[in-house]
Amino acid sequence: MARVVVDVMLKSEILDPQGEAVLGALPRLGVTDVASVRIGKRVEIEFDENAQNVEEQSRVIADQLLANPVIESFTVSVQPDAVEAA
Amino acid sequence: MSARIGIVTFPGSLDDRDAARAAYLAGAEPVALWHDDAHIHGVDAVYLPGGFSYGDALRCGAIARFSQVMETVKAAAAQGMPVLGVCNGFQVLCESHLLPGALVRNAHLRYRNRPARLRVETTRTAWTNAYAPDAEVVMPAKHGEGRYVADEATLDALEQNGRVVFRYLDNPNGSMRDIAGIANEAGNVVGLMPHPEHAVEALTGPSTDGLGMIASVLAHLSEGARR
Repeated sequence: MARVVVDVMLKSEILDPQGEAVLGALPRLGVTDVASVRIGKRVEIEFDENAQNVEEQSRVIADQLLANPVIESFTVSVQPDAVEAA
Repeated sequence: MSARIGIVTFPGSLDDRDAARAAYLAGAEPVALWHDDAHIHGVDAVYLPGGFSYGDALRCGAIARFSQVMETVKAAAAQGMPVLGVCNGFQVLCESHLLPGALVRNAHLRYRNRPARLRVETTRTAWTNAYAPDAEVVMPAKHGEGRYVADEATLDALEQNGRVVFRYLDNPNGSMRDIAGIANEAGNVVGLMPHPEHAVEALTGPSTDGLGMIASVLAHLSEGARR
């Protein structure tokens, strides 16, 4: 089974208020040496057994749906066990 | 015959009934449209209401973009049909690439619901021609993801081409350049975060300023019919 992980992150120039909120909470944990926290999404996709062009299809999914290119960037990585199966 | 304004109901839409009532109060005939039906039943304009289409899964408006009805709405918008997106409807228009930019989490992370004071920045759109230039209006805002963002080049282009339609007088969400609403190049597609359909009756709204948007589209349509 082909497994693909897509990571979606807000572009660096877009303010990430969730990350800021986490950063703001860190001193309460006693952690004071963190400069920045950014929060994104990890999407795990499992293709059918005999799916073709898994990476290409994943790029389409990421570009057209999972990420909004106006505000987000993404990376696609086909998981190693999927490579073996192919 | 009064103009027919189609109001789309997506799974999770909240303000479709209010939008229909606003259309009715302003003298239009509201027509219910369904997300899963590509047919828009001969309407003259389309109103995408607020709410949480498809539960805001993934990103607000991201799934609604792929609905049957949006295929037709996109094609109709390209032909000049007036399309208004309010709140979630605005998010759907951005996700559908009918309008540039995106709407993201409010900078302060809090859901904000209170009347918003806005300035009408242009009356040269299908949905704002009935307002006085630079009119100040009040419409309720109620959203968690209403911060308008776009890259600097897009923002500059919007400003230079008179496509910023509404600007907040007290920015409630951190929107870039206080933008509350924008239009496409032709001015037939408009999106804004605050809700005109909640500002149509003194009993339930902070003003009746929202009626001007329906009055505008009616004027726009009758002008088109005269031509």
